[in-house]
Amino acid sequence: MRLKIPTNFRIIRLPCTGKIDIIHILRAFEKGADGLYVVGCMEGDCHFNEGNFRARKRVEQAARVLDLIGVGGERVKMYNLSSGEGPLFAQYSIEMVNKIKELGPSPIRLARQRMSKKADAA
Amino acid sequence: MIIAEKKPIEEIIQEVKDFDRILILGCNECVTVCEAGGKKEVEVLASVLRMYFMAQGQEKTIGERTLERQCDHEYLEEIRNIIDDYDAVVSLACGVGVQFAAEKYLTMPLLPGVNTVCLGANEDRGLWTERCQACGTCVLARTGGICPVSRCAKRVLNGPCGGSTNGKCEISKDTDCAWQLIIDRLKALDKMDDYEKVAPVKDWSTDRAGGPRTVTREDVKI
Ligand code: SF4
Ligand code: SF4
Repeated sequence: MRLKIPTNFRIIRLPCTGKIDIIHILRAFEKGADGLYVVGCMEGDCHFNEGNFRARKRVEQAARVLDLIGVGGERVKMYNLSSGEGPLFAQYSIEMVNKIKELGPSPIRLARQRMSKKADAA
Repeated sequence: MIIAEKKPIEEIIQEVKDFDRILILGCNECVTVCEAGGKKEVEVLASVLRMYFMAQGQEKTIGERTLERQCDHEYLEEIRNIIDDYDAVVSLACGVGVQFAAEKYLTMPLLPGVNTVCLGANEDRGLWTERCQACGTCVLARTGGICPVSRCAKRVLNGPCGGSTNGKCEISKDTDCAWQLIIDRLKALDKMDDYEKVAPVKDWSTDRAGGPRTVTREDVKI
C-alpha cells in the first residue's frame, strides 16, 4: 500500500499510547511544535486494556492547559484506528496538517523566533 | 499521608507574574504520591509557565528542582547554593514544606503551588479521602478503627446523631455516616459491648483548641 502522507510532521513511535504523558505533549509545544496528534488503537482494543483511554485523558488535559495559556487546545488531538487502517492514518494526517495550517504557527514558535532574532541583533 | 491539590494555573500565574526568575520546588513525599507536587508536576508547571510568559513576549527564567522532603532541614539546605539565582520560589510541598522553606530563606518570597487539603488515604485511582484530623488524642481503639473526629461532620463521639439515614450522613447522600461505619465494624469485630459504653468528654486541648501543637522528645534529642 503506497499512500501519500504529508511530509511536514514527525512520527514518534511509542510501545503504547498509554506511555504518553502530558509533559511529553507540553515539551513538544515548548520546543516550537505547531500541533501534535496521538494515534492510538481503537477504544476497547488496547493490548494493555486502558492505554488509549489514559492517552485520551492526557491529550484532553494538555488541550485544556494549552487553551489556558493562549497556545490553543485545538492544536492537539487524539485519533483512534486499527493497525489495518493505513488509508485512515493517511487521511487523519492530512486532516491534522490542514487544520494546523489553518491555525498558523504556534505563538510559542513565533515567540522563539522573535527571541532568537533579538539575540542575533544583540 | 498529607493530601494536597494543585492550585489553578491562573492563580499561580497571578502570584508569579511580577518575578523574573522563579524556582518551582517539588517534594518527593506525600505530594508526589497524591500527584500534586512531585517531580512530574514540577516539570508540567514549569513548562506551562515558560510557555505562558513566552507567548506574552516575556523572558523569564523558570527553574525546576524537587527535594526529598521540604519539612526537614537537611533537604532544604540542598538549595542554599542556588536560591540566590531566583526572585521567588513556588513550592509544591504541603503547607508545612512551604512554611519551613520560608523560615529558612527569610528574604525569599515563598508561594504555595498547591492547596493542602487533609490527612487522607488513596481510596481509588484519582480519589483521596480524609481519615484523620490529628486531634492529638486518638480514640480509634474504641470506635472500631473508624475516626469520628474526621469522618463525622459533627465530630459526635457517641453517635450517630438523628441525621443518619440509610448509612449516609445528613450533610450529603454521598457521605457515609461515620457512626454507621463504626457500628458495622464493631459488629464485625463482635465488640458491640464497646458501643454501649458512653465515651467520656474528649480532651480537646490536644486538638487545635489548645493552639499550635508541638511534640518534644527528650529521648531523641542530642
Ligand atoms: S481520633 Fe484523632 S488522632 Fe485518631 S484518627 Fe481521628 S483525628 Fe486522627
Ligand atoms: S449523620 Fe452520622 S456522620 Fe453525619 S453528623 Fe450524624 S453521626 Fe455524624
